[in-house]
Amino acid sequence: MTIKEIQDEIIEEFSGLGEWMERYNYLIDLGKELPLIDPAFRKDEYLIRGCQSRVWLNAELADGKVVFTADSDAIITKGLAALMIRVFTEHTPEEILEADLGFIDAIGLKEHLSPTRSNGLVSMIRQIRYYAMAYQAKNPG
Amino acid sequence: MTDFPIHKIREDFPLLKQKVYGKDLVYFDNGATTQKPLKVIETVNRLHREQNASIHRSVNFMSERMTQDYENARETVRRFIGAGKTAEIVFTSGTTASINAVAYTYGEAVLRPGDEVLVSVMEHHSNIVPWQLSCDRHGAAIRVIPITDAGEIDLDAYRSLFTGKTRMVAVTHVSNTLGTINPVREMIRIAHEHGVPVLVDGAQAIQHEKVDVTDLDCDFYAFSGHKVYGPTGIGILYGKEEWLERLPPWQGGGDMIDRVTFEKTTFNELPFKFEAGTTNFIGAIGLAEALRYLEETGMEAIRDYELSLKDYAERMLGSLPGMRIFGTARQKVAIFSFILGGIHPYDTGMILDKLGIAVRTGTHCAMPVMDRFGIEGTVRASLCFYNTTSEIDRLAEGLRTVIDFFA
Repeated sequence: MTIKEIQDEIIEEFSGLGEWMERYNYLIDLGKELPLIDPAFRKDEYLIRGCQSRVWLNAELADGKVVFTADSDAIITKGLAALMIRVFTEHTPEEILEADLGFIDAIGLKEHLSPTRSNGLVSMIRQIRYYAMAYQAKNPG
Repeated sequence: MTDFPIHKIREDFPLLKQKVYGKDLVYFDNGATTQKPLKVIETVNRLHREQNASIHRSVNFMSERMTQDYENARETVRRFIGAGKTAEIVFTSGTTASINAVAYTYGEAVLRPGDEVLVSVMEHHSNIVPWQLSCDRHGAAIRVIPITDAGEIDLDAYRSLFTGKTRMVAVTHVSNTLGTINPVREMIRIAHEHGVPVLVDGAQAIQHEKVDVTDLDCDFYAFSGHKVYGPTGIGILYGKEEWLERLPPWQGGGDMIDRVTFEKTTFNELPFKFEAGTTNFIGAIGLAEALRYLEETGMEAIRDYELSLKDYAERMLGSLPGMRIFGTARQKVAIFSFILGGIHPYDTGMILDKLGIAVRTGTHCAMPVMDRFGIEGTVRASLCFYNTTSEIDRLAEGLRTVIDFFA
């Protein structure tokens, strides 16, 4: 699936959800399904700065595609990380850098994009894009 | 507690009627900032609408009137904290600026290589970092006063920290994280026995109990307007006259000078020596209005009511499964730092927010306290005299929702 198709799928899933409690519950379930990050990456150098909770993010390049893994010690934040990974993992750096992020608004989580929420969603997206840029620079074209 | 006119008081704070996410707001983030009574809001509004003119500058009627109100505000602050002279009351932008002013100028005047400054584990970063910067500039060092598991100052350890090189004690009156009311009077007495001055960070104390700087005999006392129901951007530095005379100016500019030539500038008398530039004069008058409001309500009545809230909250929170409260000092204000079972403070805070309950989560600008207890952060509910027991019930109920949510 393309990034756009995955986002549409997520929007579809969220459209069936009611108020915030259901949305948070859904996020929490996503977080539980997130494959555990290799303990080797639960280290300070993989920590994303600017989060009140700790978020570890790792990226590797396989067959020209970026594979992300992440973890967090806060459950809602872990759910947000799971959501981002579902959207971005196993895509090329170009696809990641071109992606539109309108779906976050569409699923009613826009408030989490405020830099002052300090839940790390903004930092997470920034870090995902940094990884994509780094891999693009390493393997141009 | 039943005598306390809580309904009338809540009417005085219009913001408390706000709804968030369609629910009645429960505002338990008073340690971060307090809401303002109508009198303060109206005073600040009126000054902007009818009276604005710069102080200490011009002969015109408007300026004279504003200057008079500003100096009256200084007198109100002096009376409120029991200082001897208005010359000892400096208007600053807040606690942080007050402490920075002392740390910088005291460093210039006193600190020499090898000297030591004592700060406690429970200090807010604002009472650590200015001293670190000052010590770094002068080759001095910070020595840390330890605290007990209950979150109280270890007085024996404190006594033993004094050496011939100790030059200053900087300690908080009330911990912003643990709520501990420190025995500052006793700590000041001990410091003075060693000839060492004491700066007290009063940011979390001034709004909860009667503070008398003369009785405490502190050398410096700092607090912020916005945490004591006044406007933001205004704060107080109290300093004993002999210290303020001895310390050099901090910032240079207008109003703090006596005479300026390019060869030499002489400085204005106290307290103006420390009030460079145009101060927040409207904020100062707003702060005085807030202090008068507290005087009218009565600091003793406020303290007693808040203590009853504290006891009630302790019982309600303590009955929740997995509740760990950090800060169980015998003397404390109604500040509760806690972790609920294995639930991350951030998760707890997010759910409480959706339930209309405003708390703070994280390290509360007191990372050494987190390190002391080996934790990453806490949820902090900080209460004050416009809060109610039914709001505490809402918090307890909200925390039960949190427990169910993450079970």
